Amino acid sequence: MESKLFAAIPWIIFLPAMGALLAGIFGKRLGDRFAALVATAAVSASFGLTLYAVWLLHGEADPATVYVLDLYTFIETRFLDIQVAFQFDRLSAVMALVVTGISALIHLYSIGYMKGDRSTARYFSHLNMFVFFMLLLVLGKNLLIMFVGWEGVGLSSYLLIGFWYEEMAKARAGKKAFIVNRIGDFGFLIAMMMIVVYNQGSLDFASLQEWASSGASPIMNQTNMTVICLLLFLGAAGKSAQIPLYVWLPDAMAGPTPVSALIHAATMVTAGVYMVARLSFLYVHAPLAMAAVAGIGVLTALFAATIAIAQRDVKKVLAYSTISQLGFMFLAVGSGAFATGIFHLTTHAFFKACLFLGAGSVIHALKGEQDIFKMGGLAGKMRVTHATFLVSTLAIAGIPPLSGFFSKDEVLASAFLGETAFPVLYKFYWAIGLLAAFLTAIYMMRLFWLTFRGTTRLSEETHRGAHESPWTMTIALVILAVGAAVAGFLGIPGENHLLQGWLAPVVGASQPPLVHASPVLHWTLLFASVCAGVAGLTTAWLFYRRGPEGPAARVARQFGWFHRTLTNKFYVDEALGYLLVRPLRRVARFCYEVVDKVLLDLFVVNASARAVRLFGLIPRALHNGNVQNYLLAIVIGLACLWIVL
Amino acid sequence: MELPILSIVTLLPLLGIPLVAFLPRRFPGTARAVSLTVMVLTFGAALYLFGVFDGEVAGFQFVEDKEWVFDSIHYKLGVDGISLLLVMLTAFLTPIALLASVQSVGDRVREFCIALLALETAMIGTFLALDLFLFYVFWELMLIPMYLIIGVWGGPRRVYATVKFVLYTMVGSLLMLAALLYIYFKTGGTSFDYSFFTSTLAKDGAVGALSMKEQVFLFAAFGLAFAIKVPFFPFHTWLPDAHVEAPTAGSVILAGVLLKMGTYGFIRFAIPFFPDAASLYSAPLMGLAVVGVVYGALVAYAQQDMKKLVAYSSVSHLGLVMLGMFALTREGIAGSVLQMVNHGLTSAALFLCVGFLYERRHTRAMADYGGIARVMPLFTVAFVIVTLSSIGLPGTNGFVGELLILVGLFKEGIGSVLLPGQLFQWRTFVLIAAGLAASGIVLGAVYMLNMLRRVLFGPIRHEANSQLSDLSWREKLVIFPIVVLIIWIGVAPGLFLGKTQATVDRYVSDYQARVMKGRNPKTAKRNQALLKELVEIQVKDHLQGGDGIVDLRKIKWKKGATVEGSDD
Repeated sequence: MESKLFAAIPWIIFLPAMGALLAGIFGKRLGDRFAALVATAAVSASFGLTLYAVWLLHGEADPATVYVLDLYTFIETRFLDIQVAFQFDRLSAVMALVVTGISALIHLYSIGYMKGDRSTARYFSHLNMFVFFMLLLVLGKNLLIMFVGWEGVGLSSYLLIGFWYEEMAKARAGKKAFIVNRIGDFGFLIAMMMIVVYNQGSLDFASLQEWASSGASPIMNQTNMTVICLLLFLGAAGKSAQIPLYVWLPDAMAGPTPVSALIHAATMVTAGVYMVARLSFLYVHAPLAMAAVAGIGVLTALFAATIAIAQRDVKKVLAYSTISQLGFMFLAVGSGAFATGIFHLTTHAFFKACLFLGAGSVIHALKGEQDIFKMGGLAGKMRVTHATFLVSTLAIAGIPPLSGFFSKDEVLASAFLGETAFPVLYKFYWAIGLLAAFLTAIYMMRLFWLTFRGTTRLSEETHRGAHESPWTMTIALVILAVGAAVAGFLGIPGENHLLQGWLAPVVGASQPPLVHASPVLHWTLLFASVCAGVAGLTTAWLFYRRGPEGPAARVARQFGWFHRTLTNKFYVDEALGYLLVRPLRRVARFCYEVVDKVLLDLFVVNASARAVRLFGLIPRALHNGNVQNYLLAIVIGLACLWIVL
Repeated sequence: MELPILSIVTLLPLLGIPLVAFLPRRFPGTARAVSLTVMVLTFGAALYLFGVFDGEVAGFQFVEDKEWVFDSIHYKLGVDGISLLLVMLTAFLTPIALLASVQSVGDRVREFCIALLALETAMIGTFLALDLFLFYVFWELMLIPMYLIIGVWGGPRRVYATVKFVLYTMVGSLLMLAALLYIYFKTGGTSFDYSFFTSTLAKDGAVGALSMKEQVFLFAAFGLAFAIKVPFFPFHTWLPDAHVEAPTAGSVILAGVLLKMGTYGFIRFAIPFFPDAASLYSAPLMGLAVVGVVYGALVAYAQQDMKKLVAYSSVSHLGLVMLGMFALTREGIAGSVLQMVNHGLTSAALFLCVGFLYERRHTRAMADYGGIARVMPLFTVAFVIVTLSSIGLPGTNGFVGELLILVGLFKEGIGSVLLPGQLFQWRTFVLIAAGLAASGIVLGAVYMLNMLRRVLFGPIRHEANSQLSDLSWREKLVIFPIVVLIIWIGVAPGLFLGKTQATVDRYVSDYQARVMKGRNPKTAKRNQALLKELVEIQVKDHLQGGDGIVDLRKIKWKKGATVEGSDD
């Protein structure tokens, strides 16, 4: 591995930071247009620089070249040595491209979407701040810088979910996101502490890799490695909305829709997957943790897909879809196919961002309507949105040759064929994943059909008012849809798998599993996943082609209790409220009202003060200043003395 | 002659008192201006001290030593890496406290200024005194102005609060005085000198060396005085009362500086004087500290009153400081020193923010607010940043302190070499404590963000809130320097950590050396076995061209060496 100094890295990161400051401080005085332009320009410049860096990296003779830059010492003691330093290798290159590229598009889209909002400057400032922290996360040279970015994107997410803070529900959603994420961050932090102690004070990825590959030491063993990896995964589960910490993501849809597209679909929520890939050298030493990652991932994929089927809010469907797709990514990385996880992350960024922006375009056109049961028949009114949405729907459903087909097939194949410690278990994972893929196609077709096709269920006025969005918005849709269509060619199975080859120097030479498989098995797996997609699409079409009142409603009535459970998201939020939030509040009140006020303060502190006062009554009674009493006491005393003597 | 910089920093505020005292009562503004000038000059002197202080030197610097009363009581001042930052903090916060009180303290301004000036001298003196008698004088002197500030300019229940505050503190102080006199006579009744005490009390064979039993009792006496001041759970109940009744300036000084006296006392006196007792009782103390972290956070969550919430959050945060301290590793000590400063800045800023709201609406109940972000955007920015610092978000000072403390704890928990108990249990205990303490990052977010939501966000529910004005220039001047420091320490703590480094290194290695061969019967034998092993490894490492710093991973823990005669 070769490290080269590269001075442009900080610019990639700090341009958005400057944009955030400029838009935040001067946005109010110089106007919304200024803030929007500065923010968009900053992110676009950052994207340009990233492209340039990737081009340079591509030209390097040694594929393992890493561009590095040490900025300054953050904390240094005799034990700790932590630098503020950045690195740009092939893995961070992919991630940085996705982040800055999608961000630039979404900034552009936001100009149209946020037009007329009274806090546009604040919006763009926060959005730029998000990009800054995300790049810190992606380009950090050590775990600590990653953690700084990690919590920073959480902060940006909190501020943007609660962007329209005057609605209490939105402010609450932001708070919930932050707190649930913090539970994950707690795991990350503890894992980081364990690593820094075992690794003698350094958190640099390079030194970690060396340490992990040097084998077990007397204290450091596989148990510890498993614990570390599981704690790290707790962090990943928080950020990437996996069971049991996914509950914040559906609520996070309270934010403006471009924010949902950027932060809660394409980039931030994939940070957990990126982290596992980044630390793949740790995970390969902890097969149990890997199985847990894949297991949680595939269960989340199934669970969230089930819920998505019964949701009526267009953004909620997409939110659960995101959770489900993130589960697929974890299935991949948990199967040891780290490059495959990143591949699905990339394709997902395209089609999910496109879907969210399409939803935003619809919501924008319908003046805030989000219930798909009240939509329908928009295809003719919004041609670009309709077409791009369709492409992305087919992509996520896994229809060849769109991008989702390649990446999802690869995820499932790697679960089936991957060289793991528990092959039988992973076969189960594959089956669950296939079921989830089938459900994915169902809920996506349902969403698409109810929104765009059939006869409209909108009020006449709204339907007449519906219109295509301005070009700043549709251009982003088109670019993303093109990406969603063709990004799959980054990963054509076989020897020419571009992304696998590109990432191999970083995440290890985990060969594309399909290469090893016999052609028959290969084609069978491929056929199975295509079947799942097509079957799902067809099923949904049969059920929903006449709108929500078709056969779907009959089935829903027949399985009333199950349908209710699904629409209420398995009552998880309610359960958490009863089992976690309320008890916490009660314990807090008990601590204050009983322990603090009564036990400690009244019974101990003030009681001892009273005891002293009580004790003081005796001398006070004696020292009453009455000379006769004093005389009496003297006489009695003398008498006693006389008697005794 | 060298510039007596420490005396200047300490006594400059005192010199301001006659200036203010002889001003006519009619000009409160002049009294404020004069005191402010004096305080700013003091801060300037402190900045100079910070500049010339050499972070590479471990011992005390700029020592001034003059005979004061008889031979044994000296006027002796000195500064090291631990006290330097706290002196800076004091000199920084006092003028801010005065500026913050311009609106809220309207009557007896002159007297208020005098109280603050006297308080500043007492606080700085407490941090700098190297003669225990002098220290005790400053320590008690702090009480009087604070008593007046709460008792005269406080809220409706101020008498109850002050009496509680003063009596509670006095109980501890008297115990400390008794213990102080005991060690004075035990060591021959010749000196109250700090270095003299540290070098004799815990030294085997020295005249006046303490037995284990004596150490334990004396540690308890000193410890109780400091624990009350911290305030250490369960001795904290005076704090919310005092904060709620105190004027904003009082809360700022109380939370910002006075609470640090307790933690400073532990780190400066209780541990170095009685290291064996400290090592023996570090487990229960850490246990209480963890309870404090969690309990303080829970109780803070139950509050409706913003000031009480911030007060209880102090209990939680200072529990973490104590935890880091008693891990007694370099990172733990460095982190707890830095976290003292951080907590001083953050809690002071929080009280200032609450004060800004209180001056506008005369209520501290969260229910009376809501939707403030719309009418006070600048205030919102400041309040949010300060809150984030309180919950330790990376990029703010709170994170750096927490990080160091946690590293210190994990280092002790994973690779402890000093064992006040049985190795395995001790490590497990420290790790559990560290885990619970880290859970504070979740609980902290719960109660602080809850406050943000209730105060800043949501719709404006009360008509009175719709016309609130944003921060005035004076308020900006008060809050933004703190915000700048919060971010500065959070992004680049090197300057501040660098000043403490050598002192902390020496502090920890002194402690380790003493406890290793200490007379704590439970640990001494085992420690010696371990020490031998450690030295062997160090030597080996050195021979192989290493830097002599032990790689814990290379230690092969022999069962016999680690756990003699136990079932571990």
